[in-house]
Amino acid sequence: MIYNERYECMSAQDMKGVQSERLVKTVAYVYKNSPFYQQKFAEFGVTPQDVKTIDDIKKLPFTIKEDLRDGYPFGLFSQPLKGIREIHVSSGTTGNPTVVGYSQEDIALWAEVVARCLGCSGAVPGDMIQIAYGYGLFTGGLGLHYGALAMGLTVLPCSSGQTKRQLKLMNDFKPRILACTPSYALFMVDDAKEMKIDPRQSSWEVGIFGAEPWSEAMRKEIQDLWNMKAVDIYGLSEIIGPGVANECEYQCGLHVASDVFYPEVIDPKTGAQLPQGATGELVLTPITKIGMPLIRYRTRDIVSLNYEKCRCGRTSPRISKISGRTDDMIIIRGINVFPSQIEEVLLNIEGTEPHYQIIVTREHGGLDEMEVLVELKESFFSDEVKQLQHIEAKIKREIETVLGIGAKVRLVEPKTLTRFEGKAKRVIDKRVL
Amino acid sequence: MKITQISVFLENKKGRLLDATMALGKAGVNIKALTIAENEDFGVLRLIVNDPDEALKALKASGFVASLTDIVAVEVEDSPGGLAKVLTVLNSNDLNVEYMYAFVEKSADKAILVFRFDNIDKALEALAKNNIRVVGKKDIQGF
Repeated sequence: MIYNERYECMSAQDMKGVQSERLVKTVAYVYKNSPFYQQKFAEFGVTPQDVKTIDDIKKLPFTIKEDLRDGYPFGLFSQPLKGIREIHVSSGTTGNPTVVGYSQEDIALWAEVVARCLGCSGAVPGDMIQIAYGYGLFTGGLGLHYGALAMGLTVLPCSSGQTKRQLKLMNDFKPRILACTPSYALFMVDDAKEMKIDPRQSSWEVGIFGAEPWSEAMRKEIQDLWNMKAVDIYGLSEIIGPGVANECEYQCGLHVASDVFYPEVIDPKTGAQLPQGATGELVLTPITKIGMPLIRYRTRDIVSLNYEKCRCGRTSPRISKISGRTDDMIIIRGINVFPSQIEEVLLNIEGTEPHYQIIVTREHGGLDEMEVLVELKESFFSDEVKQLQHIEAKIKREIETVLGIGAKVRLVEPKTLTRFEGKAKRVIDKRVL
Repeated sequence: MKITQISVFLENKKGRLLDATMALGKAGVNIKALTIAENEDFGVLRLIVNDPDEALKALKASGFVASLTDIVAVEVEDSPGGLAKVLTVLNSNDLNVEYMYAFVEKSADKAILVFRFDNIDKALEALAKNNIRVVGKKDIQGF
């Protein structure tokens, strides 16, 4: 179903009017309420008077992830903390995590856009949804939750993990919709078989999958194994969390809620806006947010935008599947991981920069695994195995604390990790997506 | 009397032990005794050699991480109960053994026990008091 026909099917001309009006308002709002943007605009030599229509957005400066880190914890909020109802935290590039704040209005917006995504996925009021994204500081679980409530679904807030219980509840309660990471959907197949549940007979008819990269091959596999329709959901906490864009039943790109999150595609090198249809970095500007509206946030995701009206009736532009990143971020089990985070952990443990390598693997039908190889330093070495194991365990513990996910740590001999054009190749991603 | 042991970090991959021993052989270092402690990812090769300093130099030149450690070697009769006799002394003196290994001297009818203690001086004192013969550098390393 189309949850909000007015905005999802609006003509291009009307949409431009809505976007222009909202952008002008948001720019004036952040200029008034955010010392961060007052300074940024001043440095860039722009004032709110320079922005009269949505096309003027290109006059504005970008916001990047490092800005959030530098402003830790609340420096990018446009509201005093009293006006913030909910805070979510994800791992940042280095050191401080990324903090995002939602006002009451933003929570309502979040529910609205996720409800649109659910509608796009094929949900109708009265459906039961099993939410197997993590609940908590991660935006996945609660974002889907709010949207499902807004649409009038029956929510099964399972959170992530406890696979056998997930499957038992699926079998007993018969939810029609599943929301989780695509790799978890594959992972559950083996447990289902163990429990003598035929995956093809499952009650799930629709799976809403996101928070990690996946391919058409993986989609086909999930659809075949579970006999369900698998659609892609996209979002990032800096913008709202899940709910930025979602595939419709035709699975031909992800519809962006462009009346509230204005999308641009830019050349990542020059920052110039690219013509419609070109491939480049996705830049998003929330134009109705109150708590933490960011101006021209660079997502680092490489996509293209399709503005043609979709067969489903929606006119909202569609993002292609993400084809890559402009930075070195990797996504492991839905968690953003930057090699620099690992580097920082290692720096803190031994005082100097060690050489390391991250190897990411995904067993067929399994979850992502991360192994961190660390070159042993002379000063680390001990003739006692337990001391070396102690170092491994310490690195492992610190990585888990910083990233929130487990990693296998293995000490290797010095100078054995592959150097790449004089620089160490930090990430070897062996996943076949 | 302490003896110098050389310890080498070995990644668990093909040919590493060979590489280490080749490096020692080329440098004219003779191995008197050796043991490997390992887990699933790596091993620590521990060696008693005739020339630990030369061995360290050769291994480092070949890119290995290696270090020298003081250990204690004691001599026991190569007969039943030999080891137990020494361990009884250690036990009654609350001496903690980090690890140990043993080898047999071919020239004499003696076994040599190599101990790594966390408190080496206290261990030497206790062994001396109980008339257990601690082997010197000269006996094993030939200098």
